[in-house]
Amino acid sequence: MRIPILKLHNYLLISIQTEIDDHTAIQFQEDLLSKIHQSGSSGVVIDLTSVEIIDSFIAKVLGDVVTMSDLMGAKVVLTGIQPAVAMTLIDLGIHLKNVPTALDLEQGLIKLHQELGE
Amino acid sequence: MGLQSCVNINKEWDIVGARQMGRDIAREIGFGTVDQARIATAISELARNIYLYAETGQICFEVIDNINQKGISMIAIDSGPGIRDISQVMEDGFSTSGGLGAGLPGVKRLMDDFDIKSEEGKGTEIRALKWVR
Ligand SMILES: Nc1ncnc2c1ncn2[C@@H]1O[C@H](COP(=O)(O)OP(=O)(O)OP(=O)(O)O)[C@@H](O)[C@H]1O
Ligand SMILES: [Mg+2]
Repeated sequence: MRIPILKLHNYLLISIQTEIDDHTAIQFQEDLLSKIHQSGSSGVVIDLTSVEIIDSFIAKVLGDVVTMSDLMGAKVVLTGIQPAVAMTLIDLGIHLKNVPTALDLEQGLIKLHQELGE
Repeated sequence: MGLQSCVNINKEWDIVGARQMGRDIAREIGFGTVDQARIATAISELARNIYLYAETGQICFEVIDNINQKGISMIAIDSGPGIRDISQVMEDGFSTSGGLGAGLPGVKRLMDDFDIKSEEGKGTEIRALKWVR
């Protein structure tokens, strides 16, 4: 199973629609970084609206992917984190402090526009 | 005490299977969405720890249905390397695998009751329980 990555102008869009196992998460990390490299995209939105659980492993992968993309010069915004997911993350002690977030895909794109000054 | 159901953990996908089963049981008993997510997350942490550190083990669920209280109890058992210093692994941020070290202290906060027993060279047994509010 691979998470599809869509290209829209100079952005990449990802909507995670399935239950993610560890392998899929790692595969996604690799796929996204090589897609950023290939396409020269400056911004990425990862939409998590359909994700019902984020445990410590998935949280680490998401946090890492933001940092790695940043190193490559692409800004990542996470969108649509469900209330239940936000609450469990706090119980886990995970605050994703340096990770830009937005309410939904649309707000995420607006945030990218602003941050990238495009 | 109600029916007990168990999942064996011996491959990565079993982590997903275990948390889906736990969430289904939690939903049936009447837990709300947030607590369902808490329970599924706790199971995911325990199952992954078994897979990572002990390779194989089992997680069993039990429905508790008393006159005035309902809940879910889970027990994660393995015969892996065990844990020498329990207070150390219960600290936020302690990890021997380059993880966030959020799993065990997280499970304790996600659930209402938490108990860990472990013996080096023998294995680990973790019980956790959550009540329907
Ligand atoms: N079932 C187990 N058997 C042996 N050691 C374990 C077991 N579960 C946890 N440990 C030990 O306890 C440490 C802390 O576990 P915890 O789940 O809190 O964090 P982690 O697994 O290292 O990282 P994270 O869960 O955040 O991805 C682990 O690094 C490991 O050394
Ligand atoms: Mg863990």
